[in-house]
Amino acid sequence: MSTVLLLVITGLGLGALYFLVASGLSLIYGLMGVLNFAHGSFLTIAAFLGWEVGRRVSDGSWWGLLISALVGMIVGAVVAAATEYFLIRRLYERHIEQALVTVGLALATVALFEGIWGTDPIYTAKPEWLAQTTEILGAKIPNDRFLLIACAAVVLLGIVLFLQRTRYGLIIRAGVENRSMVTALGIDVRRSFTIVFAIGGAAAGLGGVLASVYYGYVSAHLGSVLLIFAFIVTVIGGLGSLTGAAIASVLVAVLQQFANFYLGGTGDLVVVIALAAVLLVRPRGLMGKVA
Amino acid sequence: MSEPILVVDGLNGRIAGQQVVEDVSFEVPASGVTALLGRNGVGKTSTIKSILGLIDRSGDVRLGGERIDRLPTHRIVQQGVGYVPEDREIFGSLTVAENLRLAERDARPRRELIERLFPDIHARRAQRAGTLSGGQQQMVSLARALVNENRLLLVDEPTKGLAPKIVDEVALALAEAAETVPILLVEQNLHVIRKLAERVVVLSGGRVVFTGSASDLLDDEARIQRYLGVHDATDDGADSAPVAAHDDARAASVADITEEPR
Repeated sequence: MSTVLLLVITGLGLGALYFLVASGLSLIYGLMGVLNFAHGSFLTIAAFLGWEVGRRVSDGSWWGLLISALVGMIVGAVVAAATEYFLIRRLYERHIEQALVTVGLALATVALFEGIWGTDPIYTAKPEWLAQTTEILGAKIPNDRFLLIACAAVVLLGIVLFLQRTRYGLIIRAGVENRSMVTALGIDVRRSFTIVFAIGGAAAGLGGVLASVYYGYVSAHLGSVLLIFAFIVTVIGGLGSLTGAAIASVLVAVLQQFANFYLGGTGDLVVVIALAAVLLVRPRGLMGKVA
Repeated sequence: MSEPILVVDGLNGRIAGQQVVEDVSFEVPASGVTALLGRNGVGKTSTIKSILGLIDRSGDVRLGGERIDRLPTHRIVQQGVGYVPEDREIFGSLTVAENLRLAERDARPRRELIERLFPDIHARRAQRAGTLSGGQQQMVSLARALVNENRLLLVDEPTKGLAPKIVDEVALALAEAAETVPILLVEQNLHVIRKLAERVVVLSGGRVVFTGSASDLLDDEARIQRYLGVHDATDDGADSAPVAAHDDARAASVADITEEPR
């Protein structure tokens, strides 16, 4: 029982991390039809700069972590918005060029990060409580999982409130359904594109800082590793569906944890098989729209 | 006579590289309803979309004397052009109220007018628009265009697929709207055209082949047959007659039609 509970809660923690990356991917695809392969780079640059600022303020403290998270979100939002404005905006409806540009950006930025911070992981300090465990029904749960779950829940709630309660949220929901009709109502939908990129970038930036807490290090490949699973989550959840991304994040991460424990470390393989199964049985994903 | 609100001169439109509107020129007066007619597939909807910049286009389009053909769609609409698309295109996942709120551009949207014209829609404000009937969805689509003070309305087949009772309601709403704003109306129903339109522009093969008063066309059975390919059943007392009922809608080429070219 304690093992199952441990696997479920650690799975939820990992799922929270996947969701922070996948939420932006899903929103960006839903509104703009852009498969953003550079999304992992937003995460990595945010993790590095968050760590750089946080450790200078107060390394290994809650205060330092908070500063890291804020810096990470701001950096993620700014870099993502700049990417949309300078690179993607000219390429809407040109999907091959979008893929080439975002893949190219992802490869170039990894090389850039390696040039600045080196190729080896840089181990990070975290508040003492996060390195400890809490016993629940006999299961010793790493405390950082609770932080990840809480942050993802707040981000999910924040995005939902933004989408439901603001005019831009209304424009984005309508734009996901029928972008050209939104423009035909006199609305400059391109502004919403930038905002969606910024929101996705901020979530990925927070994910980057929290990933450094989860893994205990930052590296130039942090974003690339998480991006693969975020894409899987996005496809399983249904491209463009935030709710689908949240549900699939949890399902994929928990499945991965159980397979790693009970099936000899085959978590990644099982996740890919699950992706193939979903694509065969329900190509639009769990919550995706019918094409 | 006052200056026309819309002047279209040499408009060309393309979809996926294929020309669907060819050198179209016409004017829309500053008041009343101008009907844009023609058989199925002649480019009526594409003409409307070209004016709005929803498809790739070239040519000179002026609204109130100012060129709008180089503006993006949202800027054209912001100049005071309301649009009711073919097939409604309401946002099905949003509520009726959200559909209307999204369309509100003016500081003082005309909510009372919408409430008066479409009481049924007002009563269903909290309902998801995708769950409404076709007629109700058309009301939402019309309401989105009427909620702002516009200088011109582009209305594309508002009665398509609707029950006769709803057709009358739509016609009534358009008649009231036309008292304050000029309308360019694409319509298949001769009964509605007879009720609303003062002028007509007829397209064939992507080109204008007839412009004139509505009575010039509708009172002449031969012209109706030639340009629209149908018999006007309204003269026989029927409620309505679809203009473009023929499958071989493009059969009448421009070369076939020589009378009163622009």
